[in-house]
Amino acid sequence: MSFSSAGYQLLPVLPELVLAVGAMALLMLGAYRGGEGTTRLVTALAFALLVVTGALVLLLPAGKLMTFGGSFIVDDFARFLKILALIASAATVILSVEFLADPSRRIFEYPILVLLSTLGMMVLISAGDLIMLYLGLELMSLALYVVAASNRDNVKSTEAGLKYFVLGALSSGMLLYGASLIYGFTGTVDFAGIAAAVKTGSVGIVFGLVFLLAGLCFKVSAVPFHMWTPDVYEGAPTPVTAFFASAPKVAALAVFTRVTLTAFPGIVPQWQQIVVFVAIASMALGSFAAIGQKNIKRLMAYSSIGHMGFALVGLAAGTVEGAQGVLVYIAIYVAMTLGSFAVILTMKRNGQPVEQIGDFAGLSRTNPLLAFFFAMLLFSLAGIPPLAGFFAKWYVFVAAIKADLFTLAVIGVLASVVGAFYYLTIIKVMYFDEPAGQIDPMRVELRTVLAVAGIFNILFFVYPGPLVSVATAAAKSLF
Amino acid sequence: MTTWPILSVVTFLPVLGALVIYLNRGDDEAARRNSRWIALWTTLVTFAVSLILVWRFDATNPDFQFVEKANWLASGINYHMGVDGISLPFVILTTALMPFCIVASWKSVTVRVREYMMAFLLLETLMVGTFSALDLVLFYLFFEGGLIPMFLIIGVWGGPRRVYASFKFFLYTLLGSVLMLLAIMALYWNAGTTDIPTLMRTAVPRSLQTWAWLAFFASFAVKMPMWPVHTWLPDAHVEAPTAGSVILAAILLKMGGYGFLRFSLPMFPLASHDFAPLIFSLSAIAIVYTSLVALMQEDIKKLIAYSSVAHMGFVTMGIFAATTQGVAGGIFQMVSHGIVSGALFLCVGIVYDRMHTREIAAYGGLVNRMPLYALVFMVFTMANVGLPGTSGFVGEFMTLLGTFKVSIPTATIATLGVILSACYALWLYRKVVFGAMYKPALAGIKDLTFRESLLLFPLVFLTILFGIYPNPVLDMSAASVQQLVNNYNAAVTAVKAAALVVQ
Repeated sequence: MSFSSAGYQLLPVLPELVLAVGAMALLMLGAYRGGEGTTRLVTALAFALLVVTGALVLLLPAGKLMTFGGSFIVDDFARFLKILALIASAATVILSVEFLADPSRRIFEYPILVLLSTLGMMVLISAGDLIMLYLGLELMSLALYVVAASNRDNVKSTEAGLKYFVLGALSSGMLLYGASLIYGFTGTVDFAGIAAAVKTGSVGIVFGLVFLLAGLCFKVSAVPFHMWTPDVYEGAPTPVTAFFASAPKVAALAVFTRVTLTAFPGIVPQWQQIVVFVAIASMALGSFAAIGQKNIKRLMAYSSIGHMGFALVGLAAGTVEGAQGVLVYIAIYVAMTLGSFAVILTMKRNGQPVEQIGDFAGLSRTNPLLAFFFAMLLFSLAGIPPLAGFFAKWYVFVAAIKADLFTLAVIGVLASVVGAFYYLTIIKVMYFDEPAGQIDPMRVELRTVLAVAGIFNILFFVYPGPLVSVATAAAKSLF
Repeated sequence: MTTWPILSVVTFLPVLGALVIYLNRGDDEAARRNSRWIALWTTLVTFAVSLILVWRFDATNPDFQFVEKANWLASGINYHMGVDGISLPFVILTTALMPFCIVASWKSVTVRVREYMMAFLLLETLMVGTFSALDLVLFYLFFEGGLIPMFLIIGVWGGPRRVYASFKFFLYTLLGSVLMLLAIMALYWNAGTTDIPTLMRTAVPRSLQTWAWLAFFASFAVKMPMWPVHTWLPDAHVEAPTAGSVILAAILLKMGGYGFLRFSLPMFPLASHDFAPLIFSLSAIAIVYTSLVALMQEDIKKLIAYSSVAHMGFVTMGIFAATTQGVAGGIFQMVSHGIVSGALFLCVGIVYDRMHTREIAAYGGLVNRMPLYALVFMVFTMANVGLPGTSGFVGEFMTLLGTFKVSIPTATIATLGVILSACYALWLYRKVVFGAMYKPALAGIKDLTFRESLLLFPLVFLTILFGIYPNPVLDMSAASVQQLVNNYNAAVTAVKAAALVVQ
């Protein structure tokens, strides 16, 4: 198939093209059709579009494809993470159905913004140079800023959007500054070119690298660039929070991994110490700061900070095993997060969402199956075997041990014990406390997401082979 | 010889039972009764199937038997199950005690019966799996997975301070275990596999041995529990429901001892040799100190909990003496303690169900109204003291004998501990059973019912049987213990010889 424009192969970007064109078509549809069912229709089509895009990603020819002069790369690594990001986005669209059904919030732009943000993620995941990286990052982030504020009449939601935008712009600036320094010292923006140029860690390069990584840490919400996370998670509408906690994290971790491993393999010790520090700080803060939280969304924010720390433990190893660990971790993390948010979205009394941890009291009596799935997800987030979360931790820590990062590993597992405490607190509220009243019946779409995520989580140990071997292949494609 | 995977069947049969209970919906009296009967039948069938293991077990073969192996995680981590003379007694102990736990909860658990029975059945799977896993990751999975049902059992069906106790139990144990997890990873990279039989044959570098030993020790010492990391146990015991206490004392504690036998001694013989004095000191302190603490208790369960810590001191001492008598005695002591302490907690549960208190001071003169109970309780008290003729004596005597060859001071102090154990056990018995029955609340107390007799008399029989004829357990483990001790001695002697050559 010859499918090219201005001498560049377009086949590798076919999924992105379909997604972009589809999103614009949906925007037209929404703007011109108007009327009652538009939001529903656009949402359904957006979901379908994500599925089609995912299928296209899988149908691309095997092996490493490159286009636009090497600035867009489709390898196994990109395929794995794109599918994951698409799954997360699609799940978010499902989780948002109820939010969009409310007459005051029939905003058909919402699913389209999710699509555009997903497009940004896919570009980001495939980025082969700093320009493409920045393009993807901004496309993803700009859509996210708007989505965060999508509950227009709510002060907290608009505040969350604004806060996210201001801090996000700052981090983009830092990232751009770092990128320009790296370009200045190496003379190229291409990852492979940078890797060839950077053999020793000169001050200028390291300086640029620090700024670049600072910008990326902001996107994965790693300490010390995590400040926005609790406020945005709490303020944004819950389906949006679910989105923030899943898909963008996939893309940000992907680019974090790709930049460090493919552009700077020559100066591993230099970036390793940064990643080690960030990982330790994130794990520790995520574990300790979550203990005092009363709001489940804030708690999930700290939890996700901690989990990004754990994922970075794998990256700190800087090896194939480490990259594989990151991939397995993020895949399982996405499943656990989406499942948990399906539960949090269900928590409504008389149509009003309840977000305090105390509102979960006695859920095991009033709603046993829901409580059971949520408890298993929480045990899994704490990393207790035989649930999926244990395997996630296993793969990152096993890589860290192989790379002789013993201090990091010991601090990491100790932080996971501290983290277990606050997950247990929620389980305690659900199982040991007296019921605090009935909650509204669970909607079908939430049930579906919870059932899929929950069963994956509980039964992962029975047949972990496929995910692990795909992650191994994906990790190997980076080296 | 048929080839059906008998060990997996024993392990996962309880899960099947739990599923059946789950499908049996409803929360009326009939559903509760069904749940109890399904749970009972599941545990009985599991026990029956596990007896096939005993029947087909070749006691002269020191290697793993009934081995099953299947691909699981990629690269060197497999689903690998098997038992040898060291693990089989624990598998049987587990399957044998489970029906007792179910019967013990027959009347005392009235809320959320379905969930309760499901939690116990899942726990059984995880416990049997722990003892029969032949892969470190698989072992860890079962070992740590057991925390989830036990946490819920203590927290949902426990006493007034159940939240505190369940959190303490969970976090304490988890803290020890995560360090072991890191050591498992280090062993994985050292040998390229987590296969236990392979790791037993792989020489581990000395420095790694030291660190890995300490990491495993962190986990097993907490689980055992050894002084000074035993403080979670009294709380967990006091707050747990009766059957939970039984399981905790009889089986979960044995995982620590089993871990020392399965991993520490064979995989890190040099480190075990180096650290033996540490273990001896801690064991001696545990025996004397916790016995003294037991003397001061006002709660019956707490007293028995502290006595468990003391008895586990004998086990660790015997294991790390690494003599045939010491190790075999350690295994026997664990089996015996499983029966005796389990039975003691059942005895406490019986009076607790009647009086709803565990205060020692609330009782007295029970012999007047409950002669049968007094008899049974006496047998177990004597076994707890280590009276010759009961199973408690055999284990204590053998561990002391084994330790005497290695460390006379430790053996001496531990023997003094036996006297102290007599002090607190007899004191407890006198306070509760003898004396005048002047407390009005006790006036109407009834003796054992048929169900309770059914619960206790088999255990009385076993306690006395193993006291006068301990061979069934000792013979089962003899070959494996001999091999373990030989390998250990060979490794230690080799290093000593090498050290002499260097000098």
